[in-house]
Amino acid sequence: MFGRLTWQAIPWSEPIPLVAAGVVGLGIAAVIAWIFVKGYAPYIWREWITSVDHKRIGVMYCFLALIMLLRGFSDAAMMRSQQAVAFHAGGYLPPDHYDQIFSAHGTIMIFFVAMPFMVGLMNFVVPLQLGVRDVAFPTLNSVSFWLTAAGALLVNVSLVVGEFARTGWLPYPPLSELQYSPGVGVDYYLWSLQISGAGTLLSGVNLVTTILKMRAPGMSYTRMPVFCWTALASNLLIVAAFPILTAVMAMLLLDRYLGFHFFTNELGGNAMMFVNLIWAWGHPEVYILILPAFGVFSEVIATFSSKPLFGYRSMVAATMTICVLSFMVWLHHFFTMGAGADVNGFFGIMTMIIAVPTGVKIYNWLFTMYGGKVRFSAPMLWSIGFMVTFVIGGMTGVLMAVPPADFVLHNSLFLVAHFHNVVIGGVLFGAFAGYNYWFPKAFGFQLDEAWGKRAFWLWIVGFYVAFMPLYVLGLLGMTRRLQHFDRPEWYPWVLIAGGGACLITLGICAQVIQLAVSIRNRAVLSDLTGDPWDGRTLEWATASPPPSFNFAVLPNVTGEEPYWGMKQKARELAHLLTAEPSYEAISVPRNTATGVVTAFFAVFLGFAMIWRIYWLAGLGFIGIFAVFVAFAWRDRSEEDISAAEVQKLDQKNRLVRAAVLAERASS
Amino acid sequence: VSIATVYSPIDPNHVGHDNRTITPTSEAPGHGEGGPASKQIIVSFGFWIFLLSDIVMFSAFFAAFQVLAGNSFSPPPNYDLNDLAIETGCLLFSSFLCGCAALCASRRSLLGTELFLFLAGILGAAFLALEVREFLGLIALHQGPADGAYYSAFFALVGCHGLHVTVGLLWLGTMMAQLIAKGFRQDVLRRLACFSLFWHALDIVWVAIFSLVYLMRYAP
Repeated sequence: MFGRLTWQAIPWSEPIPLVAAGVVGLGIAAVIAWIFVKGYAPYIWREWITSVDHKRIGVMYCFLALIMLLRGFSDAAMMRSQQAVAFHAGGYLPPDHYDQIFSAHGTIMIFFVAMPFMVGLMNFVVPLQLGVRDVAFPTLNSVSFWLTAAGALLVNVSLVVGEFARTGWLPYPPLSELQYSPGVGVDYYLWSLQISGAGTLLSGVNLVTTILKMRAPGMSYTRMPVFCWTALASNLLIVAAFPILTAVMAMLLLDRYLGFHFFTNELGGNAMMFVNLIWAWGHPEVYILILPAFGVFSEVIATFSSKPLFGYRSMVAATMTICVLSFMVWLHHFFTMGAGADVNGFFGIMTMIIAVPTGVKIYNWLFTMYGGKVRFSAPMLWSIGFMVTFVIGGMTGVLMAVPPADFVLHNSLFLVAHFHNVVIGGVLFGAFAGYNYWFPKAFGFQLDEAWGKRAFWLWIVGFYVAFMPLYVLGLLGMTRRLQHFDRPEWYPWVLIAGGGACLITLGICAQVIQLAVSIRNRAVLSDLTGDPWDGRTLEWATASPPPSFNFAVLPNVTGEEPYWGMKQKARELAHLLTAEPSYEAISVPRNTATGVVTAFFAVFLGFAMIWRIYWLAGLGFIGIFAVFVAFAWRDRSEEDISAAEVQKLDQKNRLVRAAVLAERASS
Repeated sequence: VSIATVYSPIDPNHVGHDNRTITPTSEAPGHGEGGPASKQIIVSFGFWIFLLSDIVMFSAFFAAFQVLAGNSFSPPPNYDLNDLAIETGCLLFSSFLCGCAALCASRRSLLGTELFLFLAGILGAAFLALEVREFLGLIALHQGPADGAYYSAFFALVGCHGLHVTVGLLWLGTMMAQLIAKGFRQDVLRRLACFSLFWHALDIVWVAIFSLVYLMRYAP
């Protein structure tokens, strides 16, 4: 009746996950109770959970990422503290638990922090920058988000019901085969990622279509902001790479559930095929994450240097070059497979070549700052911190692209230091820059600047203290994923790395305080102009937060940096705004529970498959199909906002904007 | 409705690139820059992108098949090429009938559309039945997916295509019901266009399967 699910699935003997889950569960229960007591539940259901507005969905993606960052970071803190006390000792985490922690840390940080943060920023910003009213498929967008959230939920359920994978964040066979991982840990991994991966793929299709087919009049390709270009490249990579992940995870599921022999040791299975296929997805994946971050930095650096981006076209060319080359380097993740000198040489050289367009970008950002009036606000600090940090990470990457060097460094902490150097210094700093930069657009008030700067300094110092020792440890021969060790020369470096993790903890605390303080002082920090940073792209041309239809009249784009152009023109003509346009009624898509109900059934489907409760899985599938039919049978998919209502909202925005322009023109 | 009105000279293939539908007030310099495209274009284009991603997924299964096909643990089975010819005929003719249904839909003929969709579905189901019979035969000969890597890769690749046909049949049935319930509404027509694309894409994948899996088995 309940497949493999019994009361023994709950780890009664392990206090850490139980207590952690208890605290989190109480926290969630308290928040839900507060929502109901305060009477916010209908509002949250109507305006957020069932929303198909790309801005709301983008915000929810980022919120999910921030919450999961706390979970993923807790895992990291446990790993660092375990190693700090595990010199000649067993530490406090038994090996089977420690293995789950490093697997969950990687899985969560990549799939449920970095991905939703980037997808969230793209969702929020891209339609605004393109000057249009929504993404191509608004309801699909909601489905994508909720499927991602469903995957995140399943990963967290594994904390208390059953176990998580002990295989590392990529479940290499034969370790991940049923023979060596008989528990449900790998199944949790596979099903939660299949579900959230489907969401990511649909989101990629959605944004590619949006960028290629929905742009404001006059917004030609060479007038698109660089963030839109990087979003295009990133989503093209999602469309081209995520199906490979789906396929390779399906193969492993078939091995585990139906006794197939794709990757087994017996009957002709080939474990290295898994490694090849997963990295054929995995390497493009790192560019899926970093390219939008590059876009954020391009926007932030141009805005805060008060200059147009240096070398716009070379930036676009570099982005698209990276997009293509990212599919030609996957083998550098396993030079030690032994494919031979020619193959390793080819992939080593390709890896070095991909550093060239990245270098072009770094120089472009530097030249953008050169001669500019640079304002060192929080988003700009994250960007400068990125430039310094990412160059170091990039150089250690090129070092490891040399196959003989990789044979020495493979699987060592040097590698761990390298990819944290680029993922934290690149993706996460980019996410934080974007979060500080676009927060006022999303909510109408700025984030507290002082706490933002404190968070930055704690993070960046903490990062260097935590990860530079790992380079040294790697060169001293320490491999990754060690539950305990007994080499005295490693011990001081491990302790220093633990100290760095403490500083990062303080950085995260500073970010939480920043958010709390900003919400409390929102009246003081409020931004009525819609353009707090003197921005250059179209998202700053509308109110903060933007109305559901984004733009009362679609802007007519006549050049690069359209909003900067509009402001310049207004200054030259000395009359501040164009004549009031004629307003028309606007159709906006109606909110729908399709996304959240689909995800509800997807959770059941995934959970049932993990525990092999096949009748429940069948019900989950029928549920999903029923939701689609109900959606397809809707008679009204859009509702109109009347011209008078549009006019009322827009006139308010125009008045404020005229006052701001007058003030800036006179100063 | 005469042929002439259905095939307008400006837009002979119904792809929607009729420049007159672009916002007339736009000063945009062309190349699709006259503002957002029409919903018809957006939906078809998005579905094309999805289909491309689906074909990437198949390519991973093809790659796995090519890697595992040469292993010495599981000799390739003997396929019944006559059955395969019938199977292939069913699928390709089903696509042709699906095209006929699309033509009927553009003439707003409900009866014709439903009839051709129904026939396309019957042939799709016949294809599936033949495939299931082949699978069961192989399993009976101990050449099932758990018996060796070649069979694993074969069953996964061909089965993945079969799964797509099954989902297509479910979609087709839903479309037929929706046509009766809702008539030729714009969104129903867009979905019908997407279904056609899907059904034709499965042919493309099948041609590759037929060549690379079945025919290459007998290559010298």
